[in-house]
Amino acid sequence: MAEMWFVIVAVLFVGYFLLEGFDFGVGMLMPIVGRRTDIPPDVRRRVVLNTIGPVWDGNEVWLITAGGALFAAFPDWYATLFSGFYLPLLLILVALILRIVAIEWRAKIDDDNWRRRCDWGIVFGSWVPAVLWGVAFANIVRGVEIDAQKQVVSSLFDLLNPYALLGGVTTAVVFALHGAVFLALKSADEIREDAVAIAARLAIPAVPIAGAFVLWTQIAYGKGWTWILVGLAAAALLGVVVFTRDEKEGRAFALTSIAVVSTATLLFASLFPNVMPSTLDPAYNLTIANASSSPYTLTVMTWVAAFMTPVVILYQAWTYWVFRQRISSTAIGQSHGLKWAGRS
Amino acid sequence: MDALDLSRWQFGITTVYHFVLVPLTIGLAPMVAIMQTMWMITGKDSWYRLTKFFGKLLLINFALGVATGIVQEFQFGMNWSEYSRFVGDVFGAPLAMEGLVAFFLESTFLGLWIFGWERLPRGVHLATIWLVAIGVNASGYFIVVANSFMQHPVGAEYNAESGRAQLTSIGDLLSNNTALVAYPHVIAGAFLTAGTFVAGISGWWMVRTMRRGREQDARELFRPAARLALLVMIVAGVAVAWTGDSQGKLMFVQQPMKMASAESLCNTETDPDFSVLTIGTHNNCDSVTSVIELPFVLPFLAEGKFSGVTLQGVNQLQEQYEQEFGPGNYTPNLFVTYWSFRMMIGLAAGSAALALAGLWVTRRGRVPDQRWYSWLALIAIPMPFLANSAGWIFTEMGRQPWMVHPNPTGVDMIRLTVDQGVSGHSAATVWISIVTFTLLYGALGVVWLKLMIRYAKEGPMDHDRTPPDPAEPKQLSFEY
Repeated sequence: MAEMWFVIVAVLFVGYFLLEGFDFGVGMLMPIVGRRTDIPPDVRRRVVLNTIGPVWDGNEVWLITAGGALFAAFPDWYATLFSGFYLPLLLILVALILRIVAIEWRAKIDDDNWRRRCDWGIVFGSWVPAVLWGVAFANIVRGVEIDAQKQVVSSLFDLLNPYALLGGVTTAVVFALHGAVFLALKSADEIREDAVAIAARLAIPAVPIAGAFVLWTQIAYGKGWTWILVGLAAAALLGVVVFTRDEKEGRAFALTSIAVVSTATLLFASLFPNVMPSTLDPAYNLTIANASSSPYTLTVMTWVAAFMTPVVILYQAWTYWVFRQRISSTAIGQSHGLKWAGRS
Repeated sequence: MDALDLSRWQFGITTVYHFVLVPLTIGLAPMVAIMQTMWMITGKDSWYRLTKFFGKLLLINFALGVATGIVQEFQFGMNWSEYSRFVGDVFGAPLAMEGLVAFFLESTFLGLWIFGWERLPRGVHLATIWLVAIGVNASGYFIVVANSFMQHPVGAEYNAESGRAQLTSIGDLLSNNTALVAYPHVIAGAFLTAGTFVAGISGWWMVRTMRRGREQDARELFRPAARLALLVMIVAGVAVAWTGDSQGKLMFVQQPMKMASAESLCNTETDPDFSVLTIGTHNNCDSVTSVIELPFVLPFLAEGKFSGVTLQGVNQLQEQYEQEFGPGNYTPNLFVTYWSFRMMIGLAAGSAALALAGLWVTRRGRVPDQRWYSWLALIAIPMPFLANSAGWIFTEMGRQPWMVHPNPTGVDMIRLTVDQGVSGHSAATVWISIVTFTLLYGALGVVWLKLMIRYAKEGPMDHDRTPPDPAEPKQLSFEY
């Protein structure tokens, strides 16, 4: 039962990276997409934001639910991880807060300074978590100094080791690529062309960077069967290079999705059967067995998850279907934001 | 200050802040859904304009509520990791359910509502805002269930081997009688807040449009909104008083120390007077001097009788707890509990004043143009927000020093004090986060307030005059 919950937690995080991965990428690239066109800057930015408009908030709930599932199914994992990674998580929280309000409030005020500040919030709020989730998950797989009381005693600088930093660069590049391809799929005319071009250029460094990270993960922490995931991730990214050059963004998006899913799955598979290994003494490892809740709690939560998850996936998929059209810069109407100075 | 005090301050600051925003969302989402339903039923464009007008205010508020909500889930693990280990088996379940059942629903369908005006058939689009309303109200239930376990732990046993609380019955946890009275109280408070918000803004607009000779707007646009909101306020106001009373009666049994400290009732007394006003620092029992007192009220609050009720005092409870749980200070901060209890009730009176005055000035088709009414309408708006905060400050500070308050008839070992629950951080680490959150929340709070005021003052916009027709999509509107 506890092992199944390990899988459920993994699915929730993989789902989170798959979905929020592209909307982080869209936010990361917002300032530069369409720069080489003659579309006015605010119009192209609004095209970019509206591609994720109806869906990004629902994507973020995958994180909230993953956090809740971690708390319910593995209280020790939740407690050790969240208290042990205190300052990085603080930074992620600040970034996510700024990102949410910047996206939602940007169009509310018709003022260039206001929009500039919101854009800054969106870019900062997308880059920081995109890097830090990679750093955090690489450290979880690598192990941190956990003592006999299940407390993380590593310093902040221990978390900035080469493997974890490579993990951070990998998630940043892969999310940016994933976002660029999504943008190509959801926008029209010159914005689409520029997004494809950016994706094609990002795909080239993504192959060696992500390739090095998955290979390092596999060799240092992987299992025999996880070579399949390494192969999938590498092949998918190579495919993205080809498809983005041929401007086939639909296929490219399928492949960036495979790359994100197989990389994230590789991390969880490498972790198994631990949930947070200790670098001090393997006896202090947090494992699926010693960090999980009681069988009763896990049974209850299994029923809830078994009923609710398919429903959630169904209505979220429907949302993507409803908003399947490409967004063109000509469709962007006048902003209805207010000026700060009111009418009398 | 040490890490414990800082963590408590941080939790207090972030939670009170979050709960300024949440009640408005909980109450306003269904009210906007009602407005949109009225538009569908009556076909009047005025209801459409109101839906869009209050919908924009809802969205501005919703964004900051969501943003500050993530912190809530994370900080149990970040600052209260030992608490999380102790109760995770029980407490994590409602939080995970909240995500799966409520948060996915509200966020996904809110996206559909915002962007779906031209793309969804009208009936389907109406359903999306109702699902948002259901989602936000459902999330409140799960979080109150989680909180009620801290006030009155049920449905769990103590596992001596692991030293942790362990869930034994999800049904008992979800039907905790503490939650069953607290949830309606919280929801009634939320509807009172949103009702006051809508009645306040519409009331101000009624007077303004009347005085500027736009009687048609006042009569056909703002008066219906105000009447709807006044109705919500009356129902919610009665509900909040009634559920508050039941909650109080339960607290006298389940958490006698909390109720004794609400009254700063130092010594056990039969038929004590209800204290309306006291002076003194309340640091300890000697520093409290009662100025105004009323008979009969307190026995009624506790047991629904006017006399013959003996209530336990702080001093006696302190002695009793020391014998039961070992040496320690089991008395909450009396100044905070005494005054927050009175603030909660007193501030709710602001809404009552507006509701009664509002019904009077709008009676039998009248539309008010009196200046005093527009002032009253504005002044009343913040009051229920402050009452909500005071209520939570009371119930959480009254629980101190317990994180999980022992259930007098429950499992003996399921209890935890704050010093046992806190993470082992250095004070410096928590200083970093508390300063960060305070500055960030402060800045965003200013922006939130400016946006809310700006949009409320703008009123319904001209471009929202004609409803969209999904059958004939004109230019699609992109909300970002």
